[in-house]
Parts: sequence; C-alpha cells; structure tokens
Amino acid sequence: MLDLSKYQSVGSALRDALDQFGSEVCLIEADREREKERLTYRDFKNRTHPLARTLQDAGFAPGDRASIIMTNQSKWLISAYAIFFTGGVIVPLDYKLTPDEHWQLLKHSGASVLVTEYPIWRQLCPSTGRVNAQNVRTVLVTEAPPNADLAGAQRWEEFRAEGEPAFVPRKRSDTASIVYSSGTGGRPKGCMMTHENYLEQCVALTSLYPFWPGVRYLSILPTNHAIDFMVGFFGPFTCGAAIVHLRTLRPEYVREAFPKYKITYVSLVPLVLKNLQKGLQARFDALPPGKRRIFDALVIINKSLTKGRPRLGISRLLLKQVHAAFGSELRTIIVGGAFTEPQTLQFFYDLGIPVANGYGLTEAGTAITVNDLKPFRADTVGKPLPGMEVRILNPASDGVGEVAVRSKTVMAGYLNDPELTAETIVDGWLMTGDLGKFDPAGHLQLSGRKKNMIVTEEGKNIYPEDIESVFEGLLVKEFCIFAANYIWPKRSMIGEQLVLVLHLETGQQFGDELRREINIRNQRLLNYKRLHGLVLFEADFPRTASLKIKRNVLAEHLATLDSSSVILPL
Amino acid sequence: MRTLEQTTQEVLELATKHFQVPLGSLTPTDDFFKKLGIDSLQTLEMLSRLENHFGIELPDYEVQGVSDFKTLAERIQSRL
Repeated sequence: MLDLSKYQSVGSALRDALDQFGSEVCLIEADREREKERLTYRDFKNRTHPLARTLQDAGFAPGDRASIIMTNQSKWLISAYAIFFTGGVIVPLDYKLTPDEHWQLLKHSGASVLVTEYPIWRQLCPSTGRVNAQNVRTVLVTEAPPNADLAGAQRWEEFRAEGEPAFVPRKRSDTASIVYSSGTGGRPKGCMMTHENYLEQCVALTSLYPFWPGVRYLSILPTNHAIDFMVGFFGPFTCGAAIVHLRTLRPEYVREAFPKYKITYVSLVPLVLKNLQKGLQARFDALPPGKRRIFDALVIINKSLTKGRPRLGISRLLLKQVHAAFGSELRTIIVGGAFTEPQTLQFFYDLGIPVANGYGLTEAGTAITVNDLKPFRADTVGKPLPGMEVRILNPASDGVGEVAVRSKTVMAGYLNDPELTAETIVDGWLMTGDLGKFDPAGHLQLSGRKKNMIVTEEGKNIYPEDIESVFEGLLVKEFCIFAANYIWPKRSMIGEQLVLVLHLETGQQFGDELRREINIRNQRLLNYKRLHGLVLFEADFPRTASLKIKRNVLAEHLATLDSSSVILPL
Repeated sequence: MRTLEQTTQEVLELATKHFQVPLGSLTPTDDFFKKLGIDSLQTLEMLSRLENHFGIELPDYEVQGVSDFKTLAERIQSRL
C-alpha cells in the first residue's frame, strides 16, 4: 500500500518519485496515429528544472499562483510540477470556458502567471476581460508558430534557464491548488485544496485501485478536473506508472489507443461510457445468429463466474475479442463527474470490464465513495473511501437526507468567500447539497439534490445563477433560472434540466418574438449550459429588503405547480 | 480554391449524409446541437468525416464553442 505519510507536499512526493522511477516511462503523447513524445521520469525532471529555475529567476515566490489553461498534454504536467517545485499554487482552469470566463477567474484567483497553448492565447488576447486581470504579469505560451504575434506573452519552450532550481518545501496545510467548481457568471467558487487533501486522497484511492510501474493510464478527462488531476497525474506519478495523452479526442483515435498503448485504466464521464456501450451493442447486434448465440452464452457464463468479484483472467479468456478491442490489459474503467445509469455499468461488468463508479465533489477532494467491486453493485455509488466519514443529515422516513462528509481530503474553503465557506463546511462537515441514503450493506444511494444546480452527463456542474447574465435585459418583468430537479425532485440524477421562470408585464403575452429572443440568447451559451424549458409565473417574485429574489421561497411556490404541464418547451 | 459559400454547402451536405436527415433540411446558421439533437461526442465524429473530405487536419480546439455550420465552415476555410 502506498505510504505518503513522510511527505509534507505534493511537490516533495513528486520529487522523490522522479528520482525513484528515473528510467520508467511516465508520459506518452500521441496526436492521431502519430506518437509525438515518450518521456521517462528522468526526462520529465530534466524538462521541469529549467522551467522552475526561470520561474524563480522571474520572481515567482512561494505561495504565488500560476494558472494553467491547456488541453491534456505533457506540458500541462511539466508546468504543474515546476510550479509545485517552486512552492507555488496552481490554478487549473477548464480550457473549454469562454475567454471572458477565463479572464474573470484569472482575476479572481490572483494568478500572476498564466501557462497556456497558443490557440487558446489567440482567443484570450482580443477579449475585453483582459484589462480586468492585470494581476497576470507573465504569460507562457506553448507551441506558438515561428512568426506568431505573441501579444506580450513568452514562448514556453524558450522560458528556461541554466542552473538547478531551489526546491521550496511547503506544509501540509498550505494551499496546493485553487480549483473552480463553478461561478463563471456569478459567485466564483474557488476551492482551496491543500497539500494534505491531495496526499490523503491519493493514498485512499490507490488502496482500491493501485498503480505500479508498467501501468498505463489513458488521460481523457480534462486534467483541470479533480479526477484526472488525481488519477491522471498525481496518483500514477507517485507509483511510477505511465500516462497516455491524446491530442485528438475523436472516438476513433480513443478506440485505437486502447490496444496500441495497452491501457490499464481510463477515466470517463457517463456520456462517453454510454457512447462506448452504444458502439459495442451495435457490433453485438450485427453478429450472425449462430455467433450471437455463442456470444450470449459466454456472457452468461462470465456473469455467473464474476458474480462475487471480478476475475479478469477468466473474462479475458471467455470474451477474448471484446477484451482485445480494449487492448487485453484494461483492468478498470473509472467513471465519474456525474451520475451513471446502472444499466450502463452492468453492461460493462457483464462483459468482464469492471467499472469503478463513485461519487465526489471537488470540495471533498475528488471522490467520497467508490464501488469496491466486492461485489459489484450497479445500483449504488459504492462505499465511503478509507478515511471518509459520511453521514446522512435529517433523514426522512425513507432514510433519505443530505449527505455530509468529514475527512482530511475536504478543502480548506472557498477563496475570498468566508461566508460561503461557513455555509458549506459546518463544524468540520462538508454539506454536499446532495440527497441520499445508505443501504444495509453500507453502500450509498443518491436520490436527488437539495441545491439548485445540475450535473450534465459530461460531468459539468451548472449553477443557474451563473447563466442568468445571458438573459439580462429580457423584455419581461422579471425572470429567474432553476434546476427542474431542485423544484420538482424526481429522485433521479439523470437527464437534469434547467428551466427559465418568467413573470411577464401586466397585459404582456408570451409571443413568438419573446420566444425567439430567448432562443437566440440560449444559443449564446455553451451547449451543455442551455435551458430546456420555461415556466410562466403569474405573481411577483418574492424578494428580500435589498430586492434580491428569494429563490428558495419562489421554488416553494413553483413546487405547488404540476411540472408535467407547467414547463413549456423552448 | 473553394469559396466560403462552397465550403459551407459541402459541410451541410456532409452533415446531411452523416446524420441521415432530409436533404435541404439544414441551413448555415442552424445550431447543430439543437437541430440534430447531437452531443459533443457526435460532433467530433462528424469532424473526422469533414477532415477526410477536405483533406485537412482540424484540431479539436478549432471547434471549441462552435455550434453552427457557418462558423464551422469558416474554421475549415481558414485551413484550406
């Protein structure tokens, strides 16, 4: 079992790993069918030190913040380690956000350094939000064409100095990263994750799903996401495993990567897992009747032999072709970021491919519960990880209540927001806002949300307040956006939708022009943030003395309406 | 060299074939997520087909945030 107890920081654990596993491969990077790079731990160290030295020479001090906005690639991890080495705090941002959203979070984070890719920088430069983020003084851009106008940025590849950098020790309680769980349009939620959070989570997760030299992890989820940061960087590195990055995430190249690189683990969001299921099912359905009967019989035999626990050797033998398509080395698919339908999980398990589903929040330091496969249970999100205390608060008669968590992996708080921190962490317990109950076997079953938000199948958290600015100035008396599941709980976390609640002016009719305007604005949002319906509300919204909408009171009023008839399609 | 109009037309024709929708049912300004009811993954699949047709490589980041055929055609045109 991995022991990180002697380490005080992410940087110190990584530093030892680079020396311990020097000749092992740590990174493979491919673009389409071309392998672009293959680095050993020693190569990785040699790439990082000149960057760390230059950062120090440029005045980057311990505790300073540096943001990374990049797609998954080797330079992401090299930059992150250089920042940790110098005692800095990383601020990983989702590269899929809009330029204005990036600048907003860069300003909020107080980052003095930004590391990004040239195509992203090209989009960031003309954005008006740049003027507000004067705190970003150094911009390092990777892979810029030779004659590119860098608009004040420096080339990442040339930002390197001679001489050894000085390693800066940090304490376990120091902030290691600021990870935004939401807040691009409203109140930014910058989770301050400590070094202890990462060290403890790494030990807990690898106790169930271990890494070792020779293991290959396919990194598809964005590395800024808490899951990939842990199982696609820190976890494998502390154990000497290798990470495979693909610069093109087209389904055909992802499929090819499994056999080509003999992948051991991969993390996926439910949307991608379902897509894989669809593809496999189509291939099974196309089998000639005789072969299909044999295949179905083998699946039944596999199901019966793996009922109590996965038996990879037997499954690979019985269902050889299916496993060969995944490279014959795949041990587990980790699925996270959102709730996964039990039938999808069962589909893969029946083929002898265990899917480790779980439940977590960025605020809790990635995972809270994980399916331990002893035995596999598709209908739950698993048991609490070692070191996690999980309680159900104020349970109703059916046992369902709010899930609360206490653990060394829970964040220190939200950056610059003590009020929200105090609401979220009460007496050391993190209030998740999710509803669930434990079954007699100790497995957690989730059944809805107490908080006004949705999680998409792509693993994106969407808070209604964050997208309301897009609808500002709409020619109605007032409006508000809600998660339908928050108002009308359906005891499910699949297919969650957002609805726009409109209160029209006296005598105003809801006509085509208003509908068109709403649709135009809706299209300005990224596709996963879009509204699915609207509700016409005929009374004034309840408001506080300072005229803020009392969302919870309004939600109670709306809950008395019949959702099946009151939600109009857009 | 194709004009932007020709590129846009070819993008529409390929999307029509790829997603098996009636000929002429797609227009340049259509939001393909909404009109075709597709997700981001299905969009990536369509890109591979477009790359083969136009003989170009279209990095994933080029389609970040793109949701209509016209903008997609512009991104392709800039690489022809």
